Amino acid sequence: MKTISQIDEALATWKAPTDLGQGAEELLSFAEQVLENWLIAKGKKPTLIKSEGFRLLGLHRQGAKGDPSFNACRETCREAIYNYNLICDNPKAENAAANIVKLRRIVQHIALFIGGKMQVTGLGEFCCASKPIRLLEV
Amino acid sequence: MTNKNYETVAYYPGCALEGSGQPYNRSTKEVGKALGLKLEEVKNWNCCGAMEVKNIDPEIQTYLSSRVMSIAAHEMGHKAVMAPCNGCYHNLKKAEYDLSHKENSRAVTKRLSEKAGHQTYEAGQIETIHALDWIKDTIGEDGLKARVKNNLKGLKVANYYGCMYTRPRNIFPEKDQGPGSESTSNPHFMDDLLAASGADNVDFALKTACCGGAHTLSDSDTSTRLVSNILQAAEEAGAEVIATECPTCHSGLEMHQIRAEKKFGTKSNVKIVYFTQLIGLALGLSGRKVGIHENISNSTTLLRSKGFK
Repeated sequence: MKTISQIDEALATWKAPTDLGQGAEELLSFAEQVLENWLIAKGKKPTLIKSEGFRLLGLHRQGAKGDPSFNACRETCREAIYNYNLICDNPKAENAAANIVKLRRIVQHIALFIGGKMQVTGLGEFCCASKPIRLLEV
Repeated sequence: MTNKNYETVAYYPGCALEGSGQPYNRSTKEVGKALGLKLEEVKNWNCCGAMEVKNIDPEIQTYLSSRVMSIAAHEMGHKAVMAPCNGCYHNLKKAEYDLSHKENSRAVTKRLSEKAGHQTYEAGQIETIHALDWIKDTIGEDGLKARVKNNLKGLKVANYYGCMYTRPRNIFPEKDQGPGSESTSNPHFMDDLLAASGADNVDFALKTACCGGAHTLSDSDTSTRLVSNILQAAEEAGAEVIATECPTCHSGLEMHQIRAEKKFGTKSNVKIVYFTQLIGLALGLSGRKVGIHENISNSTTLLRSKGFK
């Protein structure tokens, strides 16, 4: 497993391979590793369970448990899955190259957000995560 | 006309629109005039509680937002209050949610309202809407198309909604209600309105991505990196302009665009403009009238090259 800094660096210079499906797999794996880093740092064992068919969403669910601010990257994780699906459905489609560029940026955002939270836990707590409401529901 | 009518609403600009978000305030009012919609500013309004008060005591934030709704509903007799700022909009919605679901919120709000000497606001007495709902539901895409005098054709726009317009989804019960309603996972009201104004919306992946807004001053590097990624994603999607609908998002994008170049050497050329400014231009208003000159991000040259004055 790469560290978040290593993933960040890898993404900064990442070029899509000829096989865009393989590229999408690699990017999704980066996103999963980012969440694994967060969970391990929190003393949790990253789950292998999938949510809605994807481990990334399973990891997100695990990371968000008891931590409302994690929801600030839920849609970003789902957006990553959406673009992954578009690419893997037909890697030779006309817009697959544009979609993999988007996927790279989305995964980079996940890395930046979680990387930011590793330094400042409160990131995302009092804006969209609206901590008081979430805590009420826990 | 669409199924909802917000021709006359209480207008809650909030503090940002009187400061850094002045161009948003100006353009919202000008667009309202041009569309024949009436805004009546909430009398003696107060802070919504923003992020700071919510951080210290969420019940006080609920009370502060409830006071704004109380004045709009009870003293001014409005059925809807329109808040263009995502922070205000979110907090009024949150207060509404709290007052519907939490006994303690109701008790605190009642006690403070009595002490302050105004009628206690109760959930459901007014509807809170965003500037996007205001135009989308009252004028609609067809109505807007019919009024466009100088369409935005050829202007490539990435629509950035920020986070507080859709999250957390449980405080926005009217969203995700099928065709015609706003989506929390893929918001589209701004896209719809700007498409109706002739803009070429680009396929932008980070519409609601976190910009580190609440940490913009305390942890600036994190915010700068997040914003920089949003700006670059917009450029890669082919955008010339990022349309915003929140003064905090707007200021954050403008400020960190400059900081990203200075601190990290990451340059981006995409311009940042309020969606109301773009609609104003499409309606034939001048750039000056909608406050283009007041933005930090200088879009004047680009907009002139597209034929806007």
